[in-house]
Amino acid sequence: MRSLRLAAVLLAVFTGSLALALAQGDSRHSGYQDMGPALRKMQDDDTANPAMLFVQSGEALWSQKAGAAGKSCADCHQHATVSMKGVAARYPAVAGETGEPVDLEGRINLCRTNHQQAPALATESDELLGLSAYVALQSRGQPIAPPNDVQLAALRAKGAEIFRQRQGQLNLSCANCHDDNPGKKLAGATIPQGHPTGYPIYRLEWQALGSLKRRLRNCVVGTRAEAWPFDAAEYLALESYLMERARGMAMDAPGVRP
Amino acid sequence: MKRMLCALLLLLPGLASAQQDSMPSLTGKPGDPTRGRAIVANRSVGLCLLCHSAPIPEERFQGNLAPNLAGSGSRATPDQLRLRVVDAARLNPDTIMPPYYRVDGLTRVARNFQGKTILTAGQIEDVVAYLASLKE
Ligand code: HEC
Ligand code: HEC
Repeated sequence: MRSLRLAAVLLAVFTGSLALALAQGDSRHSGYQDMGPALRKMQDDDTANPAMLFVQSGEALWSQKAGAAGKSCADCHQHATVSMKGVAARYPAVAGETGEPVDLEGRINLCRTNHQQAPALATESDELLGLSAYVALQSRGQPIAPPNDVQLAALRAKGAEIFRQRQGQLNLSCANCHDDNPGKKLAGATIPQGHPTGYPIYRLEWQALGSLKRRLRNCVVGTRAEAWPFDAAEYLALESYLMERARGMAMDAPGVRP
Repeated sequence: MKRMLCALLLLLPGLASAQQDSMPSLTGKPGDPTRGRAIVANRSVGLCLLCHSAPIPEERFQGNLAPNLAGSGSRATPDQLRLRVVDAARLNPDTIMPPYYRVDGLTRVARNFQGKTILTAGQIEDVVAYLASLKE
């Protein structure tokens, strides 16, 4: 029964994104399509996808009371399956409380500090990744839909600029690989188009779940450029640009990657 | 007319190679092709196999972003090969091939690599000697 439902969801995700791609003559595709059948199967099968273990702990955290306010996420947002549908597909977004753009992890931490009055969860901690994976799962199959907001437009423009800027001792830009050479082999790795559809991902090389930021950091370090600190505005700019670049593509988080 | 064109075509590459298509030895000493092969094969030293393939069968995962290095020595002179490894951007400003012996004009280089070239002059000479030995 469960696997039937899963198959139906997967079929919907697949035909949905395919229909969109065909309609637009769109050659964009998720890194999922660049993987071999074994890894695709691992991502597709919730009982084999290692990210689902983190999703389960995220689901548990969702209804666990925390902080001085003694509230859980569920106390404000009730059922994530309803309230969080499509949410991950539109982040980064501007937070109401601060008027500043945040990514999904940042948004979760704003709820922690403001509404639960609990300490922020550490960057790349199992708790934060678990919650964001649980929230991202509710957007499976949903089209990426970045909000229209002038502040975000400025951030995206900055992200686009960084994406095209050559950097590091190897003097490579993101675009050199992801716009100009996707599908080619960089040693053993197929260069993906670099779309953020599947984050957070379980990466076999990490043996862990990791955020989009961690992925970007790996690419920056790969060019032998100075990695920005985790809270740098540059990541937010790149994430915003990548989501815009992937507008309309179907979310397939939590992904598995080599 | 036709003959003039032929003469021009013959002349052009000659001029280019005299001025900018090649570069003399960086050390004045011949490089060692065996050491050069090891540098090319090493993914964290030469990094060449990230993008290129080369006749180094024991290295399994080789890139295909760039021309196969097999036969390099038949296609170019050692001086021409040297310029391509030192700074391929001098021939093609849009190239993705990293500049192996240049420190200026780079952006946001990581602290541990600042002011350093990717390879040393001696390593470049070893790599050039190896490439020159790859005859087809
Ligand atoms: C020299 C090539 C290269 C450069 C430069 C590069 N990347 Fe990547 N990138 C890769 C490869 C290869 C992968 C995936 C394979 C792996 O390492 O697992 C990847 C993965 C990604 C992914 C994940 C895609 C997915 O399907 O999960 C994103 C997003 C990404 N890169 C963005 C960037 C950004 C932004 C920059 C610049 C700051 C950048 N990359 C620079 C080669 C590159
Ligand atoms: C990030 C990618 C990349 C890396 C790493 C790289 N190259 Fe290249 N290389 C290229 C590309 C692309 C070309 C094709 C010409 C151009 O774009 O300038 C090229 C061209 C060459 C050529 C001329 C080939 C021809 O047939 O014209 C030689 C020789 C060469 N590379 C040697 C090397 C060596 C040796 C190394 C390592 C020490 C290396 N390359 C590392 C991308 C790379």
